[in-house]
Amino acid sequence: MNHRAIRAIYLFEMARTWRTLLQSIVSPVVSTSLYFVVFGAAIGSRISQVEGVSYGTFIVPGLIMLSVLTQSIANASFGIYFPKFTGTIYEILSAPISYFEIVLGYVGAAATKSIILGLIILATAGLFVPLHIHHPIWMLTFLVLTAVTFSLFGFIIGIWADGFEKLQMIPMLVVTPLTFLGGSFYSIDMLPAGWRTVALLNPVVYLISGFRWSFYEIADVSVSVSMGMTVAFLVACLAVIWWIFRTGYRLKN
Amino acid sequence: MSSIISVANLSKTYGSGFKALKNVNLDIKRGEIFALLGPNGAGKTTLISIICGIANPSEGKVLVGGENIQTSYRKARSLIGLVPQELHTDAFESVWATVSFSRGLFGKPKNPDHIEKVLKDLSLWDKKDNKIITLSGGMKRRVMIAKALSHEPQVLFLDEPTAGVDVELRKGMWEVVRTLQQSGVTIILTTHYIEEAEEMADRIGVINKGEIVLVEDKATLMQKLGKKRLTVHLQGKVTSLPESLAHYELDLCDNGATLVYDYDTKGERTGITSLLSDLRTAGIRFNDLDTTQSSLEDIFVDLVRTS
Repeated sequence: MNHRAIRAIYLFEMARTWRTLLQSIVSPVVSTSLYFVVFGAAIGSRISQVEGVSYGTFIVPGLIMLSVLTQSIANASFGIYFPKFTGTIYEILSAPISYFEIVLGYVGAAATKSIILGLIILATAGLFVPLHIHHPIWMLTFLVLTAVTFSLFGFIIGIWADGFEKLQMIPMLVVTPLTFLGGSFYSIDMLPAGWRTVALLNPVVYLISGFRWSFYEIADVSVSVSMGMTVAFLVACLAVIWWIFRTGYRLKN
Repeated sequence: MSSIISVANLSKTYGSGFKALKNVNLDIKRGEIFALLGPNGAGKTTLISIICGIANPSEGKVLVGGENIQTSYRKARSLIGLVPQELHTDAFESVWATVSFSRGLFGKPKNPDHIEKVLKDLSLWDKKDNKIITLSGGMKRRVMIAKALSHEPQVLFLDEPTAGVDVELRKGMWEVVRTLQQSGVTIILTTHYIEEAEEMADRIGVINKGEIVLVEDKATLMQKLGKKRLTVHLQGKVTSLPESLAHYELDLCDNGATLVYDYDTKGERTGITSLLSDLRTAGIRFNDLDTTQSSLEDIFVDLVRTS
């Protein structure tokens, strides 16, 4: 294991975060605070409790997930796309480093950033609404698994993209709508029966449901199903990355 | 001298069906400067990319320091430093950070003394804290070399190292390359500047249309393929040459002020003595003579044309 190379990539990527602190950390925290003001205070004051939890408190896990999903994808996709764009990828490909170690460096840094961000948003939420986490270990497990899985997904997008437009396409056109429709701001029990069935086809529902359960012990679907879906997506992303490196797709040809 | 790189039956066919390399066989000797010449699209960069791990070969085998680049890629790649043709740099990083990053990437422990030496050797020490984006093109090129040398490679690939670099800087680069060779580094150089190969290389390989056309010691190549040119400066201008001189295939230049005669140094007779005698017989007087060796560029152009 070339641990020095993993460390070099990891620290290089983290250094980019500190250089772009405003964009990486401050901006998502400000947007989340605005969600609290709009949904929690303005609209939430007119909504009664959801499954025994005040609306402002109810949306906290969904808001954290929204940021973690989008930022994991953005961090990881940009992290690997940028060297491709500037050409510095040559150095990574010619270094004595395995594909697994490359992924560990890039995805590890992207996931770290979104986990830090998730925790900052959690702390920010604590300023607006009272919070009590029933299962902190499970909360952290879901947070880490989701950050890692979506960073892997972002890594795939970064490899696939051959332009900045494509880099933005899937996060904007697929991931953000799925997150908004995945129960970030509501329980899918609140939907009509037909739409509830449709909502269950959205994988993000399972992530948010499991994460919310770790906070308040309320869930749209069983926790084991949530965990199963998260792990399944993780395995699927790993399989795609394995294929990318095996074939050299958009990297070596 | 033992081989540090051994390429056997190497072929590369791209997805589009284009054959960039066709059954290439090549051995690079330890400690030499090897210049790989070829026109645009000949396969130079593809060959380097495969040896360095950036592109996958379609067929064939490559050994670096006796290690297979595919099955033993960690050992093979750790011996290689690569300076690519394009100036690929991390614009917002400092010189020190990017060179240190390269060392870490190649699995070497931190060694600020070595990084300092490399930067000083390349006249980059006073720029170590500057962001790369603020550097000139020539300095960026040296940063690329510094990155490639950060992990103390045994083999250095320089893909068009002086492309777009001014004359003074080019000569400075040549000095750096010579110093590296003296320290035991094997250097493989691709270039469009034939004079660069002529100045630097111990051996020369010519690649064209994905095939190695020739590999030879530079001196032997110059001797074997080199032609010489005799220029006769006439006392007066001549408008036409008599029939008796036709078999020399002379060229009348400078509005009839000089005669040019190409001859082969390998030939049993150069024909110079009889030419001078025939000129006298024909009443053509001259006041000076000079001879020149054909350059590597002439040889290269001939080779590419005939292959």
